[in-house]
Amino acid sequence: MAATPLEVRNIKKRFGDTEVLKGLSLEAQKGDVITLIGASGSGKSTFLRCMNLLEQPDDGEIILHGDAIRFKHTRHGREPADWKQVVQMRAKLSMVFQNFNLWAHMTLLQNIIEAPIHVLGKSRKEATDHAHALLERVGLSARANAYPAQMSGGQQQRGAIARALAMDPEVMLFDEPTSALDPELVGDVLKVMRDLANEGRTMVVVTHEMSFARDVSSKVIYLHQGLVEEAGSPDDVLGNPQSPRLKQFLTPNY
Amino acid sequence: MLDLQGYGPRLIEGAGVTVQLAVLSLLLAIVLGLFTATAKMSRHWLLHRVATVYTTLIRGVPDLVLMMLLFYGGQIGVNAISDILYDHYDIDIYINFNAFAAGVLTIGFIFGAYMGETFRGAFMAVDNGQIEAGKAYGMSSALVFRRIRFPQMMRHALPGLSNNWMVLLKTTALVSVIGLTDMVRVAAEASRATHEPFVFLIPVAVAYLLIASVSEWIFARLQKRYDIGFGEH
Repeated sequence: MAATPLEVRNIKKRFGDTEVLKGLSLEAQKGDVITLIGASGSGKSTFLRCMNLLEQPDDGEIILHGDAIRFKHTRHGREPADWKQVVQMRAKLSMVFQNFNLWAHMTLLQNIIEAPIHVLGKSRKEATDHAHALLERVGLSARANAYPAQMSGGQQQRGAIARALAMDPEVMLFDEPTSALDPELVGDVLKVMRDLANEGRTMVVVTHEMSFARDVSSKVIYLHQGLVEEAGSPDDVLGNPQSPRLKQFLTPNY
Repeated sequence: MLDLQGYGPRLIEGAGVTVQLAVLSLLLAIVLGLFTATAKMSRHWLLHRVATVYTTLIRGVPDLVLMMLLFYGGQIGVNAISDILYDHYDIDIYINFNAFAAGVLTIGFIFGAYMGETFRGAFMAVDNGQIEAGKAYGMSSALVFRRIRFPQMMRHALPGLSNNWMVLLKTTALVSVIGLTDMVRVAAEASRATHEPFVFLIPVAVAYLLIASVSEWIFARLQKRYDIGFGEH
């Protein structure tokens, strides 16, 4: 049996006196689309950022293909024992950010070929050819030489998804990818994400888009105050919520 | 016509010393400044402490005093080393603490402290999301620095850097106290000998202005280069 692409176990994280993650686990099998939902402050973004160690979890395990990240304890708390291992692991997990975070001093094309060339060691030609194919796929061929500041939010986010795909990632992490967009731009980004899900990409998505969670995900996890309140198929969690809190969360406020 | 009374070639030589001294000191100051800024932002307490002592000390003591301290201190240090070599290893060499090297080291050392603060401010102005994106795509800290932090920091650093450079350029005039013959020293000598100070000092002032104008043009070009992608200024 092939090992699980991404498995995290019992992740705990505290900021000062506040424990924001109280032991969260998740298993992404190949082709899974897992959506994390919950109110602001439920810890969903922090949980996602712990998966690629942009935040250092105080406890818990992160395992890629059976290969667990090694940690050591220092005066500053728990840290990865081997940063090389972390760097290699991050190259397999592409992240798409809420604020896009395309590198401002590079054109869109340069953004997309940057990590494939400097991290994966691809040739410029190979990276550029791949980038053009990806740009076409996200509908941005005409903007290859534009700088991020010259693009709309929706274009930037689709460009950021192309940058993520250029890494041939095993798992893609999406951190509220549509939350910073004007409503009329959300559709284009969601369409690209739906296509990715349909072609069998493994994705972990933090989102407020309930229609996306319902239609696309294989599993929905509802977080409340750093704990899993409900988890399961979208039909169960979103169609037949059990806890009063989730019921209230899913009720539209008119 | 301006009559430099035979001091022309020496003045030009002096101008050469000034420019070389200034450029080499600037390079040293930039390297020291980058290290200082990095150390000051580090959470390693010793690095942080050393960098803080360095910037505090340098910025609080007059340049002239520092220059003499480093020059005489450097010579004493070099002498001590050659004494040890002679006494213990029978090696007899006399090392002269080179005045030019002393000048570069001193000025570079002084301005490294100012550059450190300039760079620190510039590094802090870089959006953290840009750095996180680098990390999230598997870049090592060194790669993030080279490809993202440094180029994005430069546009914030350049105004301060060009300011530091102008002050540094004029500080080179102090090196005559440690025996270096820059253009100010030549002009001063010539003025005393001929009793015609303006004939020599005005060309020197013009030469400084010329260097300053050329560097302003270079800095404007650099600013344009590092502003790419960040829209109008």
